[in-house]
Amino acid sequence: MFWGSRKTIDMNYFPDEVLEHVFDFITSHKDRNSVSLVCKSWYKIEKYSRQRVFLGNCYSISPERLIARFPGLKSLTLKGKPHFADFNLVPDDWGGFLYPWIKAMAKSRIGLEELRLKRMVVSDESLELLSESFPNFKSLVLVSCEGFTTDGLAAIAANCRFLRELDLQENEVEDHRGHWLSCFPESCTSLVSLNFACLKGEINLASLERLVARSPNLKSLRLNRAVPFDTLQRLLIRAPQLVDLGTGSYVHDPSSEAYNKLKAAIQNCNSIRSLSGFLEVAPCCMSAIYPICENLTFLNLSYAAGLQSNELTKLIHHCRKLQRLWILDCIGDKGLGVVASTCKELQELRVFPSDPFDAGNAAVTEEGLVLISAGCPKLNSLLYFCQQMTNAALITVAKNCTNFIRFRLCILDPIKPDPVTNQPLDEGFGAIVRSCKGLKRLSLSGLLTDQVFYYIGMYAKKLEMLSIAFAGNSDKGMLYVLNGCKKLRKLEIRDCPFGDTALLEDMGKYETMRSLWMSTCEVTLGACKVLAKKMPSLNVEIINGSEQTEFNLDDRQKVDKMYLYRTLVGHRKDAPEFVWLL
Amino acid sequence: MAKEGLGFEITELRLGLPGGSMTEKNDKKRVFSEISEEDKSNGKSQVVGWPPVCSYRKKNSFGDKDGSKTSKFYVKVSMDGAPFLRKIDLALHKGYSDLATALEKLFGEALRDADSCEFVPIYEDKDGDWMLAGDVPWEMFMESCKRLRMMKKADVKGFGVLQPREALKGTMKE
Repeated sequence: MFWGSRKTIDMNYFPDEVLEHVFDFITSHKDRNSVSLVCKSWYKIEKYSRQRVFLGNCYSISPERLIARFPGLKSLTLKGKPHFADFNLVPDDWGGFLYPWIKAMAKSRIGLEELRLKRMVVSDESLELLSESFPNFKSLVLVSCEGFTTDGLAAIAANCRFLRELDLQENEVEDHRGHWLSCFPESCTSLVSLNFACLKGEINLASLERLVARSPNLKSLRLNRAVPFDTLQRLLIRAPQLVDLGTGSYVHDPSSEAYNKLKAAIQNCNSIRSLSGFLEVAPCCMSAIYPICENLTFLNLSYAAGLQSNELTKLIHHCRKLQRLWILDCIGDKGLGVVASTCKELQELRVFPSDPFDAGNAAVTEEGLVLISAGCPKLNSLLYFCQQMTNAALITVAKNCTNFIRFRLCILDPIKPDPVTNQPLDEGFGAIVRSCKGLKRLSLSGLLTDQVFYYIGMYAKKLEMLSIAFAGNSDKGMLYVLNGCKKLRKLEIRDCPFGDTALLEDMGKYETMRSLWMSTCEVTLGACKVLAKKMPSLNVEIINGSEQTEFNLDDRQKVDKMYLYRTLVGHRKDAPEFVWLL
Repeated sequence: MAKEGLGFEITELRLGLPGGSMTEKNDKKRVFSEISEEDKSNGKSQVVGWPPVCSYRKKNSFGDKDGSKTSKFYVKVSMDGAPFLRKIDLALHKGYSDLATALEKLFGEALRDADSCEFVPIYEDKDGDWMLAGDVPWEMFMESCKRLRMMKKADVKGFGVLQPREALKGTMKE
């Protein structure tokens, strides 16, 4: 073809199908958003070919507008309540209801195949409607949700003929003992992933065994506490191809026949890379799983309260390939030393408190963390509940591990200083942000002044999420963060002396963020009203206790809880009485 | 709790020149507004939402250290003709005859009033089937029993119980 003096190819000569094919390779949401901004025809092609949508805040857009924007939607991820709802800071009924989304998608005949939800209120009605409206529905993942019962699960099991994934993580589910598992029809053989570990009630064990037996593609199976040891053994015989296993009850007599059978069954399961559960555990039975430990990349013992430090370390000795470890703090500093010398591939560590209200007894300190940092240079994600922390330790950790993406430290006493120097922990956290240039998420604790925020604003250039509690001295602290952290998306603050000046200094900043949470700070109602008035693209919510019904508070009154977020659709219509939308 | 260095200066008696100032320390007192005085003294922090452990985890992983399972064995017991259901902890009983005694105590009045009506003890198992109590070893029964019902023998024929056997008052096996 003769193009004369043209040196570049004009892509508009390509038919739409070609562009669409090219766009298929662009999977990241950010990139697809960019593609849609290039020109009208690209916008149109991208719009109709977009299948996956992620909404970090379900109130940022309405179901109807989403459907109009992306009519080809197949996979939707929705997050509802703010993060601090996990810690009982948000009253029930605040919002985050799934039903309107299902209703709208059903009405518009969206070909929904995947739904992933976090902190949403999911009713049985919505699950039933979901199961009846989307014939190709394949995957349901519910994390930290509530509002449904096993009746809703029964509808999913019964009606979703091509279901591949049912993954329930840490949900509050009312158990009606209605044999939901038996509702999977005999014709259902497509399951790849089944996780019901969070269910409290009994399970029809025979149905479970039959279901597993007819699911040749099953790769991930996580059982609840009601599934006993001998059933586990029979399930493993039927599913030696499992990659991810979560045991239920793991209690038996190690001298019994059933125990020997389990040992044999496990040895056959040489694809298992991820292990969790042990919701009830007899330590003497743990040796049966040693054979699969050497290939494990993920081990979650954070609910295995029955295992003590020596049992944990015995187990860890076998886990040389571990990349992610979730464990209780009863492992102790010494136990963490064993992790450090064994798990050289470790990338993620979460140490949870086994007794959160007794700070004096917390079994891990800064020593354990220092050992880990020295032994595990690939560490990039940390959640660490501990009794105390020192600046020196944090500085050492920062030197040893420069790859942190997530660094969440929780000292059980929220304003504890460095116990050696009695100083605030500003320097320690400062070292972390200075050293870890890729840090995206940070949670602070311990005694902290405005200085730590100075460091964060100065160095944490990639920071996207920051959680602050009981820290700082003045508005300056918050301002350092708002001014310095250009990539900040989520900021959540509780019990800090940050007030109106900080809140109102740069109101436009909040349009670049997903949300801001401030509770028990110094922010007044008047300032919130000013913000709401000046920024129509934000919803500013004042959340009161559910008993409060007064509507005429003084503008000078300090607000207990404020949650603001950017939105395209203005005030939500489903807010309860105790939430004021300014 | 780390209160050293925060509160003591205020009450400490000092000898010194009048007008001597104390350095202003971070005043963290306000942040403890949510903690009651008694909690401070026994060293436990009862601040709402702290430590930041998600509520599901809080409910499901702590306090299980002694592995006590007694709460798992509470089952509802209904008796035909009695107005209220009762709850009984199976773990407190060593066997079927022990259970029989306990049930008699619970429903004693109703049993006496039932004028020469005999009762059959049945239970709902994990699979949802109604079984006659007494066939399986006690431990297995404890594990699989979801609820108990004292059914009038006269009603048995119309009910889907799996095997006809003698009534409670006679012949419970260990």
